[in-house]
Amino acid sequence: MAGTPASRNREYATAHESFLRHRGFRWAKVALGLCGFSLAVYFLTDPRPRPSGSTWIGYTLGTIGALLIVWLALLGVRKRAITPGRWSLKAWTSAHVYLGLSLIVVATLHTGFQLGWNVHTLAYVLMMLVIASGMFGIWAYASLPRALSDNREQMTQGQMIEALHALDRQLNDAAQPLDRARSDLVIAALAQDYFAGGIGRRLSGHYPAYATQAAVNALSLAGEGDAALDRVEKLLVRRKAMLDRLRRQMRIKAMLEVWLYVHVPATMALLAALTAHIISVFYYW
Amino acid sequence: MEERVRVAIVGSGPAGMSAAGHAASLGMSHILLEKTDHLSDTIYKYQKGKHVMATPEALKLRADFGFEAGKREQILDGWNAGAAALGVNVRYRSEVLKIEGEAGDFLLTLAGGATVRAETVVMAIGTQGNPNRLRCPGADAPQIQYQLDDPGEYIDEHITVIGTGDAGIENALGLAADEVQGNVVTILNRGTDFAKAKKANVALLMEAAAAGRITVRTETSPADVRDGELLLDTRDGQETIRCDRIIARMGSAAPRKFVEDCGIRFTSEEREAYPVLSPLFETTRPGIYVIGALAGYPLIKHCMNQGYDVIEFINGNTALKPADEDDLARLFAGVPGGRTVDEWLALLRERIAIFHELSALQLRELVFLSRVRGFRAGEVVFERNDPGSSLFAIAEGSVLVEVSPTDSAITVGIEQGSIFGEVGLISGRRRGATVRAAEDLVVVELSRTAALKLIASVPAAARAVARISIERQLLQIFGSGLTRDDVAELVEGATVEEKRAGAVVLKEGDEGNDIFIIRRGSMIVEKEIAGKPVFLSYLPAGSYVGEMAVIDGSRRTATVRAAIRSEVIRLPGEAFVRLLARKPDLLKKARTEMERRREVNDFIESRKENFSGSVDMYSQTAQFLVDRGIGEATDVLLIDETLCVGCDNCEKACADSHDGLSRLDREAGTTYAHIHVPTSCRHCEHPHCMADCPPNAIQRGVDGEVFINETCIGCGNCQRNCPYGVIRMDSVPPRKPSLLSWMFLGKGPGPGEPAKAWRKKNAGQVEQPKKAIKCDMCKGIDGGPSCVRACPTGAAIRVSPEAFLTVARLAEDR
Repeated sequence: MAGTPASRNREYATAHESFLRHRGFRWAKVALGLCGFSLAVYFLTDPRPRPSGSTWIGYTLGTIGALLIVWLALLGVRKRAITPGRWSLKAWTSAHVYLGLSLIVVATLHTGFQLGWNVHTLAYVLMMLVIASGMFGIWAYASLPRALSDNREQMTQGQMIEALHALDRQLNDAAQPLDRARSDLVIAALAQDYFAGGIGRRLSGHYPAYATQAAVNALSLAGEGDAALDRVEKLLVRRKAMLDRLRRQMRIKAMLEVWLYVHVPATMALLAALTAHIISVFYYW
Repeated sequence: MEERVRVAIVGSGPAGMSAAGHAASLGMSHILLEKTDHLSDTIYKYQKGKHVMATPEALKLRADFGFEAGKREQILDGWNAGAAALGVNVRYRSEVLKIEGEAGDFLLTLAGGATVRAETVVMAIGTQGNPNRLRCPGADAPQIQYQLDDPGEYIDEHITVIGTGDAGIENALGLAADEVQGNVVTILNRGTDFAKAKKANVALLMEAAAAGRITVRTETSPADVRDGELLLDTRDGQETIRCDRIIARMGSAAPRKFVEDCGIRFTSEEREAYPVLSPLFETTRPGIYVIGALAGYPLIKHCMNQGYDVIEFINGNTALKPADEDDLARLFAGVPGGRTVDEWLALLRERIAIFHELSALQLRELVFLSRVRGFRAGEVVFERNDPGSSLFAIAEGSVLVEVSPTDSAITVGIEQGSIFGEVGLISGRRRGATVRAAEDLVVVELSRTAALKLIASVPAAARAVARISIERQLLQIFGSGLTRDDVAELVEGATVEEKRAGAVVLKEGDEGNDIFIIRRGSMIVEKEIAGKPVFLSYLPAGSYVGEMAVIDGSRRTATVRAAIRSEVIRLPGEAFVRLLARKPDLLKKARTEMERRREVNDFIESRKENFSGSVDMYSQTAQFLVDRGIGEATDVLLIDETLCVGCDNCEKACADSHDGLSRLDREAGTTYAHIHVPTSCRHCEHPHCMADCPPNAIQRGVDGEVFINETCIGCGNCQRNCPYGVIRMDSVPPRKPSLLSWMFLGKGPGPGEPAKAWRKKNAGQVEQPKKAIKCDMCKGIDGGPSCVRACPTGAAIRVSPEAFLTVARLAEDR
């Protein structure tokens, strides 16, 4: 319905697509190609005495795998080094995900299925651990953000905590007319540490000794009509809702991060084991 | 008994009083006729204790009375004493009703029937008696007043002051000065600038606004005065505020009827026009002189000088030069041509279209505030992308505008008498093209403030500027190959209309073939499908709508309404039809454009059954974004919350790209349908932050980014003016150790904005000043905005609204 002015002289534009779909699955295609190539050379040749890391195919796949591992680990540097230039972390993530997955094929074929209790297999196992944790990460990144967004409803985490504090202050005032037993319930609710219970609680979102819940239950049984009691009960219900939201927020954020606590240290261990693997191979050539 | 004098002076304000004082000191027989029972009623009626300023500071005072800045009472006492000492012959309570007779023998009839005979008459009656009135429904309501005597009279009231000239600002400050009075004071400004007011007053107002004592509403005008409340037209639509009293200070106009009855002609029919005057202040009726505000001079110093001068002229000293002569002579000194000041001024007025209807005195004042510059043929006046917002008027010679950024040989000429650089007045953008002198050139360079003041106070100049900018906009939009003559008919019929937020410009299904160009603001295009409006697209300033109906004679195919308060140029359809008939190229271009839009329409039609849900969703999302101010954005950061993992790498990247301070708050902001608008600059089409920056440090760069340069003084005006809260005040933190030494040695705080504690511990001896900080779209950083580059999942995107808010995107798969 109209003419618009000539577009501004901006060179950069950003496409609205996720890291998984980046550029029409460019890196997925590259990774598939790499897997296809590895499978082809593995099954189309017949090395003697048997397929292993020390055939020329083994060395080729091993070199590709080692270089990939080092490059994949550099994502951590890329993410933090905000240098000028036409790079995009999304493209890096996309490549990281698909090429990382392709290592399952490349490295497994590199082993020639010779596994044992040695430093070589340690490197392989660590790599698979890194990949497995990474797969959890992909699942988390692909499915949790929507839940995080729905749960927070435009509130920031700081605002949630602030809202809880505000409710606590109101509860403290509102509970003054209550009798001893009921006051104790409110005090217990207020005194309880929101996040006590450690990582298990945080990730499961299951808090059995839930003082606010207990107080709500007890007060809701205690007859209608008492205005002060009603008010405290309403505040407690609101506090519970806010606390639930905050706990969900913390849970989802924890899920989005927890795998990195496996992924990154395992990567460091992998780099060490990989170094040992390579040195030992060449030392005992 | 009838008095007979050499000169009768009507009105005892600064001008009349100074004239009478000088007549007295020369021993000239005179009479000073004053309507009230005291001298200088205008100053007398200033609010109690008001500080009276003496601007322009550079101007010399030439009068028998002293005058310097000070309190109202002090100044009035000084003048009363002076009048007594000089032996001024004052006659109070003597309103002049009629002036008859000829030069040498005028007969002045006073209220009450008394008469005075005078050889000459000096009129110095000012314009206070004739304030400009409100022009909206309810304008005659009793709570509206045009005058404020004592601000201390009002307590616990909601008071709205309309008009941001000096009078309005001073009234607002007076009403809010004492907190104990409990007044809630709001001041309305139709635009965003405070061009008509003195700088010092604007500074005081901003200070009061920052302290929360006064609410300043820009881009707001009254729409309806109701009992106890006031309906406002604002940038974002209509709003009602509580309002017990309205003080309207929207300037005043000459008491025209009386002056015309005396046989004096005015420069034009405009309400704000002034009497035609000779350089000696003589009117079209010989023997009657006009000075002061009635001559177009509201400043006390000017008035007093004119009082002195006019008596000298009447006394036969016609060679006397005005007090600003030396300053003007200095201004013209460096310019080739060897003319005198008077010759220059006559030349400027005659040649430059926007100066035509200025009085000699107004022109003097304007030139006093400007620069006059000479250029040799081929010299550059300004380069493309230079910062600058001044307006140039060509006094002699002509210029060539290099319209193409790549080929300097493609030029368009601008001839003598016209103006250039006017885009700077409207949008605050950088210079769009390089301008060279085509031949030896003399230009008057008006600062943005002086130009805005000219436009605000001289309607003829405003029309001339509007006409030229409409013409240029048409040529730009409809492309090369058109000449000024081609569009002359369109320009002739063009009218500028203001549209408040939400106002409908075109309605789907209506007849009509006028075309609209969006001059400022933006529009949204909607189509009604199954009873619901579907958002089709977003149109930024510079777009045009309505030409489809012209080309194929159909009804309007969609509804167009203003997203924010906007200004459109309405062009007559018939004239456009004739233009298309003459220019087949233009018709072809228009048809191609139309074809593209048809496709969008067809797409919508095809989707309406099977995808009504998604179309609905899209429309609501688009509306949400427009509500969040995307309507005035040129480039905005959005976050797709279905992809955002909350890693805050965007914030860290922003901090690491800019001295360790992030200009973005990812988590804060609003969200709809998982599209999150974080707290980050939108680079508005008409930036609110730019409106009042004392060092003019906020500018627009080549890519449209609005940025703050190093001249920022940290006053915080921009932070207060930004409606989106995206500007913060902070000092630059100490330098961090490198990334590698953090990674391997654990030195420093790591990526992102360092924590307060670390900053405090590592701060140097010298305290860093706090300055305003906002997104500059990573200006000058190769690769573009780092927030987007550093997003690992593709959640952060930067979009221009016209590209993002189009229904065609529905067809794209994410």
